[in-house]
Amino acid sequence: MLKVKFDILESTCVPLPFENVDTDQIIPARFLSATSREGFGDNLFRDWRYTKSGEKNREFVLNNPDFSGEVLVAGKNFGSGSSREHAVWAIFDYGFRAVVSSFFADIFMNNALNNGLLPIVISDDFLKKLSTLVQNKPGTKVKIDLEKQTFTILSTGDSIKFAINPYKKECLLKGLDDIDFLLSMKDQIISYENNKSVVK
Amino acid sequence: MRSIEAGPDVLYIDRHYIHEVTSPQAFNGLKERGIVVFRPGNTIATADHNIPTKNQHLPIRDQLSRNQVERLSENCRKYGIKLFGLNDPKNGIVHVIGPELGYTLPDMTIVCGDSHTSTHGAFGTIALGIGTSEVEMVLATQCILQPKPKKMRITLDGRLHKGVISKDIIMYIISEISASGATGYFVEYCGSAIRNLSMEGRMTICNMSIEMGARGGLIAPDETTFEYLRNLPSIKGKKDISSSINEWKNLTTDPDAKFDRDLKFDASLIKPMITYGTNPGMGMAIDGSIPLSDEKGSTTSSSFLKSLDYMGFKPGIKLLGHPIDYVFIGSCTNGRIEDFRAFAQIIKGRKKAENVTALIVPGSKKVEEQMISEGLTELYKNAGFEVRQPGCSSCLAMNEDKIPLGKYAVSTSNRNFEGRQGPGARTLLASPLTAAAAAITGMITDPRDFITEENTVK
Repeated sequence: MLKVKFDILESTCVPLPFENVDTDQIIPARFLSATSREGFGDNLFRDWRYTKSGEKNREFVLNNPDFSGEVLVAGKNFGSGSSREHAVWAIFDYGFRAVVSSFFADIFMNNALNNGLLPIVISDDFLKKLSTLVQNKPGTKVKIDLEKQTFTILSTGDSIKFAINPYKKECLLKGLDDIDFLLSMKDQIISYENNKSVVK
Repeated sequence: MRSIEAGPDVLYIDRHYIHEVTSPQAFNGLKERGIVVFRPGNTIATADHNIPTKNQHLPIRDQLSRNQVERLSENCRKYGIKLFGLNDPKNGIVHVIGPELGYTLPDMTIVCGDSHTSTHGAFGTIALGIGTSEVEMVLATQCILQPKPKKMRITLDGRLHKGVISKDIIMYIISEISASGATGYFVEYCGSAIRNLSMEGRMTICNMSIEMGARGGLIAPDETTFEYLRNLPSIKGKKDISSSINEWKNLTTDPDAKFDRDLKFDASLIKPMITYGTNPGMGMAIDGSIPLSDEKGSTTSSSFLKSLDYMGFKPGIKLLGHPIDYVFIGSCTNGRIEDFRAFAQIIKGRKKAENVTALIVPGSKKVEEQMISEGLTELYKNAGFEVRQPGCSSCLAMNEDKIPLGKYAVSTSNRNFEGRQGPGARTLLASPLTAAAAAITGMITDPRDFITEENTVK
């Protein structure tokens, strides 16, 4: 697990307005042979970022110099498919700190929260507005305030509240992780085991 | 186990499966914290994702893959975890060997760093896929934190037609509710058409629960489950099995249980299925036409057309008769003995089409052995097929079993994502019967054309 603090983020955005982006697109399986967490950013969206002959695909947003920033504005049902946490590591390693969508796949959402990458769920309408704005006006800045759970488009003042599990929010604000929490429960875990015949 | 105030629940894990790809970073995490594996006896390991399916007795050629597999062996040795590694006579795909070796039992909580862990739900377990951070949590504390899922019930009544098997059932359900239709839910499958399935068929159904976004899928255990378990070599003759079975008989849903979503389908409406797009929700009856737009409304027309464009298809066309290049039979979805029997049912006495390259990959060493002893391997050989050694293989194409750029593959696996089976590969998901029909004709073919007697495969 990665202990990362998150409180307030102001950044420009990178638009990726496709639906059902699965984790195989985020990081293809052939790049999963590493045994550490680092370096996956180089292969983030590999098969969209590079042409079949290995050159940069100029049409893909990560190769467009107009767009940069720490917020990825994705489409609906982002992160579906394989449970590979490498997808979150790749997005984080590339430099993103938050992903915005109207809908995330469950395992991806958990993995993101466990690595300090904030998954922000906003309404379909707000996402559409944001995505169009960002695509038309590169350099559009947004502000994410985790404490207040608000997502604001700075140029227009449009703002939306987002939901997050209160426990996970606390972990992110303080830079704590689940293992610290679970380790502090060891005695209770052992007494649970003693009351249940544990299958070996 | 307990609920954290306003937080996720703490879930104790009875059985933890690990493999080479999603575990090394978790072990690194333990090392960094200076802690050891809390309950090594509850974890079972296998090497399956990143191994070759040819010449497994030789050192793995790819250095990174070899290193990853060796790292798993080292970690298992160091922490005392039972490993069924490469060349172990019980090696195989994690979701195939867990059940066949008797490590998956009703009433368990089961996790693995693999989204298809939902497979084990076929035994009446709470089984779900997790990320590597959670693998680390389980290794460290035998627990994970999970938000409570919503509950969905899918009831399937009615009689299946010949040539329609469990893979078609789950592909039909996913095509009806979309690739994200069950996100946030845990699904219980019930109804007479589910009850009539074998354990292998039930595993295929539960396996693909994740393909509609579900956290997991389960089927209440019944006499079929207990009979399967009684016959497992690791369980046969165990004295306490009858008392366990008596307890497991109680694992049924209360008749008045409330579900957040309750769906009903008619099994007699299902035909052999095939996918035409780049997510498992984009499926249709094999004799159908690709819709003109996403009728279920889960994607915009640009995403829908982008997907068809990748596949080289146009809206409105039929796929029957479309030439194909590859056939892949295997994976945790359809790599069990029954799947190879189904495949054999159609290829028996026939020959593989010349334009087709086939990858036949058993789900485990045990399945491989069984295929030989039942004469299937010989039958396949006579029909022009080569049987590989067990592994995940072309389902995710981490090893060299890749489908080349632009080629069409009818696959019995679970995902038709862009590039899933290799960069630029075009995957058409289908049942082993449909894959067999395609392997014989070299084109997309209705398997019902080859089946004369009443369907015996479930």
